[in-house]
Order: sequence, then structure tokens, then C-alpha cells
Amino acid sequence: MTPLAIIEAGAPQDCRPHPRFLLTRPAWQALTAALAVEEATDLLSLWAEPGMVHAALWTAGRLVLASCPAAEGRYPALSPARPGAVRFERMIRDLWGLTATDGIDARPWLDHGRWPAAPPLAARPAPVPYPPPQPEFLAVEGEGVHQIPVGPVHAGIIEPGHFRFHVQGETVARLEVRLGYLHKGTLSLMLGKPARVAARFAGRLSGDATVAHGWAFAMAVEAALSFTPPPRALALRAVMAELERVHNHLNDWGFVCNDAAFAYPHARCGVLREGVLRAAREAFGHRLMMDRVAPGGVTDDLTPAGIAAIGAALGKVAEDIPALRAIYEGHASLQDRVVGTGIVAPSLVARFAAGGPVGRASGRRFDARATPGYAPYAAARVPVLAAGDVDARVRIRIAELEESLRLIEALLADLPAGEILAPLPQRGGEGVGVTESFRGECLHWVALDDGGLVRAVFPRDPSWLQWPLLEAAIEGNIVADFPLCNKSFNCSYSGVDL
Amino acid sequence: MSGRPLQKLLWPRLARGLFSRPLTDAAPSPPPEIAAALAERLEQASQRRLGRSLAIRQVDAGSCNGCELEINALNSVIYDLERFGLRFVASPRHADVLLVTGPVTRNMREALLRTRACTPEPCWVVAAGDCAVDGGVFKGSYAIEGGVGDALPVDLVIPGCPPTPTQLLEGLLALLDAQQPARAKK
Repeated sequence: MTPLAIIEAGAPQDCRPHPRFLLTRPAWQALTAALAVEEATDLLSLWAEPGMVHAALWTAGRLVLASCPAAEGRYPALSPARPGAVRFERMIRDLWGLTATDGIDARPWLDHGRWPAAPPLAARPAPVPYPPPQPEFLAVEGEGVHQIPVGPVHAGIIEPGHFRFHVQGETVARLEVRLGYLHKGTLSLMLGKPARVAARFAGRLSGDATVAHGWAFAMAVEAALSFTPPPRALALRAVMAELERVHNHLNDWGFVCNDAAFAYPHARCGVLREGVLRAAREAFGHRLMMDRVAPGGVTDDLTPAGIAAIGAALGKVAEDIPALRAIYEGHASLQDRVVGTGIVAPSLVARFAAGGPVGRASGRRFDARATPGYAPYAAARVPVLAAGDVDARVRIRIAELEESLRLIEALLADLPAGEILAPLPQRGGEGVGVTESFRGECLHWVALDDGGLVRAVFPRDPSWLQWPLLEAAIEGNIVADFPLCNKSFNCSYSGVDL
Repeated sequence: MSGRPLQKLLWPRLARGLFSRPLTDAAPSPPPEIAAALAERLEQASQRRLGRSLAIRQVDAGSCNGCELEINALNSVIYDLERFGLRFVASPRHADVLLVTGPVTRNMREALLRTRACTPEPCWVVAAGDCAVDGGVFKGSYAIEGGVGDALPVDLVIPGCPPTPTQLLEGLLALLDAQQPARAKK
């Protein structure tokens, strides 16, 4: 049986618009066995609530959810069949105390042994009686191998995380990333809150993708309530989401050049990006457009002055891209650093189901705006490359930048009139929202109780499936190229630390 | 990929920059009440060692990365931080100021305290962003300390979610301004 057939044989649950099926433990076991032999099904997310684990899978061009009861705190692991499940399983054990039987990695992930009670989201967390344990890293054997520990406090202005390099001479034999430093207890704060209040946390899961995460959460809530937001609100969300993509891609493009010690593009991208952020403030009242997407619509309407500000800022970006691209492509000192550096094989990207520019630079054509697709996007052109190196990830970003400029122009030229925020119905339900951030797809699942309060929730940042590939990208490269590789991925730390 | 046509593209742009007005904004003026309050506190400290510049080490102690985006923007040519004698340094051992963001997660507390221990005296701690002030929206979570002040003595707070680069700049200029009376005295 295919994974889809096994899932669809389960008991259907009322989850919209993508169905969820409750499987028995043997059926879940059969699912893991089927996933081991069938490679076409992608595992997009794995999370839990007390006594139950849920998985989101992309199979046969559809998104389906499957659940398995975790009797006595255990459930059959998916990690032997899908390596992308490893960190989810470690996270589930740390937050809910549910153990993946036969999981391939049982080390703690988010739990550094410093919380007053653990597991924090279990029915009954207990005080932790022992001091924080020393982290364990995977070993490397060989002549002359030594370790370079980096972080959690880094030299640049970036988020905290620990990188453990095993190197042989200049060459990286293995990188292992240890995260969790930013764990803020976001999920626990969302529980029991009305959807509009919980949305503030979705908007702060990863500040640089605040619009995309805010939208995915709002979409999940609206799906759960079978509520359609006003058309003008959808168009304004898309304008904000594309502005967010533009300012982030400009940032990443500039920083990759800067990490190759080539300062001009960084300075120029910084100027263009600042123009976009100021236009966003003029148009929506906040530079990063935080809290502007709310379940039910958007909070700020766009005035003619705002439209003019966006047009002026994006006009400058469009004018500069050709020259910047020529400078990026034409300087051997820069190209020498980015071409052929940090290659991720397409087969690996497919195994981990990594989305965003990381996936599309290695041949995986997944863009939530196209599949499963959502309003108001009709047909987003999705660039795909196969090289999988730093250069390919930069080129995908440049192409997406140009596509976003085109999309915003089209959206602004044809803005629907009408209201921007409608009251939500007061009832329960369960829904899924998927939006495409500049990093890849944000996948939010939410269950509301009859009073409209959040009963269970899981916002999945695209970085979950990209971080492990960074470890693969740097293997065999020199230590000095790590900043380039890292910046070309630009995974979110906060987004996965929850 | 030959160099010559490309130099044609970059060099004229750089040359144009020599003859055009800079893109940098005019300097904002720090709020007088912040400067006055700080002046009093800093009077006793030894200002001579600092001269007119401050070296800043940024520490993310649990932010959502929104604050980091705006702090990075300070380094752009639009704000041009270095014209004020302010610059970001790679190590706390080179720093006068720790610019801390985030609600201080329990998982980052030790790293923050160790960073403070590595910073030579005199050191000013600036809590930037609503989370760093008092935990912000994350107040009450099991996973946070509740604000930078719950882990370290704080000299200056810059609220905002996130604070804009202009607000950050105003706060940092207030730190510089606060040194003026002490210097004039000696």
C-alpha cells in the first residue's frame, strides 16, 4: 500500500482545508514501513499534543495530515525512513515527553536542562532534579582531527547557536549544529488564547518572516472557522509578503557578497533595503509589518500615499538590479568564492524535503504559492536551478526578487475595494495554513476549542528541514567558507527554537 | 567573466559617489531626559578611558531576530554609525557596551553572563527592544528570565518592537552625550 492509501484508511478528522486522519498504532507502523520503500512522499512536519503525535506529508500533489496516539508516551519513529524527522522527534520528546520508538537520535534538542519543570507541554511537568548536562556531539575519527567550537555568542550580529566543527587541516569533516538557545516557550504562550492574541506570537516566531508566519497562522485559523477574509485583505497580505521577500532577499544577497569581503553590493543592497523598509512603514505603519496580518484580515489599509511610497522604493530596486547583478556575476574574486562552494546534492534536498531557495537551488520545485497555492496568487513563476551551490542559492534569490517586484506591481494595479478586517465567528475547529516566506513554506496547524481559544498549535518554520542540509553543504569545504554557506542558507534560529 | 567590462560597471558608480551628496541621514538628537538621567549616573565613572567612542558588542539573548534586523540596518550607509564614534566589535573583550536583545531565555542566561564577565570595566549594558526591557510579549513564559534586568544590571533601555534604527541611534547617542559633563570636569 502507498503511504497515502494507508493514511486515508484511517479515521477522518475534521481538519480544513487539508484532511487529517487518525491512524491506529499498527497503521502508523505500516506508514513508516511504506515511507521506507516509497521515496516520493515528503515529510513536511511532525509535532505533538499531550498523548498524540501528528505528521504533515506531501504526497501525490496533496497535503495530508496523519495522527497516531502515543500510548504510554511512545510512538513508532519516522526517522529511520525520513531523516528530516530526527529533530522533530527530539523536540517532541523535549516538549511533550513522548518518545519515538526506534528513533535514530535520542539526544535532547531544545531542552538544555535549564527549565524549572520538564517536559513543559506535557500534562504534568515535573521539577528537574539534576544540573544541566554537557551536550554530546557525534564523534569523528581520523588522524589529525580536531574540534572548533563556535557560539552561541557569535562575532557578527546574528542569532545564537553553537556550531561544532570537526576539521582535518582546513577541511571540515563534520559540522554539527546545536540550537535551542532561543527557546522562549512560544507554544505554551499561544495555548488558551483567542486567535487574535495568539497571532502576536506567530508574528514573532521569526521576526524577519513575520508577515509570512502571521499569514500562515491567520490562514489556519480562518480555515478552521470556514471563514473567508475580505478580498482586499488578501491582496494587502500578498503585498506585505512580497515586500518582506524583497527586503530579505536584498539583505541576503548583500551579506553573501560581504562574507566574501566584497563590500559594494552589501552597501548598495543595504540602501535599497532601507528604502523598502521605510516604504513599508509609510504604507503599513511598521517597518517589518509586524502584527499587520490578523486572523480575519489585515489591520492597516493602504492609502494612495503608501502606494506611491512602495512604488518609489521598488522603482529604485528595479533600476539597480541589472547593474548589481552584472557586478555580482562579473567579478572573479567574488565568483571564485561562491561558485562550487557549499554544494547540496539534489537527492539530499529531496530526502529532506527542503523548501525555499535552498530546495529550488538544488532542483526541488516546491513553492507554496504555486502548490498547494492560495489566494490571491494566480501563477507565481518559480525559478529552479540544479547546481546547489552558494551561487545557485543567490541566483534563485535574485530571480525571486525580480518576480516579487512584478507581483507587487500587478497587485497594486488591481487592488480590490472594500473592507480589510471582518469579525471572526466564535466557534471551534481545526485548520492548516501554508504560505511561502522568503525562506520557504511556513506550515501552521491550529485547533480551536468551542470558545474560539487555541487548544493546540504548531507553527513549523521552513528552517526545520534546511538546517540539517547546512551540515551537509559545508562537509569537505574549508572553514573559511562557512560564513558564505551559512548566509546562503540563512536559516532561522528563533523559528525552530520555538 | 572577464574583468574589463565589469570594471566599467563598478568604477563609474564608485566615482559618481565621490561627487554626489552622501545617502546618509542627518543625525537625530537624543531625548534630553534620557541624556540627563544618564549623565548623573556616569559622572562617577572614568570617562577618560573611553574618549569619544564606544565599542559595542551585540548579544542576542532570545530575540525573534527582528531587533537584529534593525541593529544590522544601523551599520548601513544610511545611518552610518561609525561617524558618531560608535562601532560594533566582534568580541566582548573589545567592548564598552553590551547591546542585549531578547527576554533572556533560560538557555541563553549563562552565555550572557559569561559575555558580561569577559567585558572589561567600565561597561554599560543596554537593553534593546520590548523583550529585553521586561520580557515583552513573552512575559510569564517558563523559558525566560523576564528581561535583561533580571540577569544583569542595566544602564539604558531602548523600548520598541523592534526599536527602529533611529530609536537605537538616539539611545546610543544618549550614552555618548552622557559622557560630556564628566569630561568637561576633569
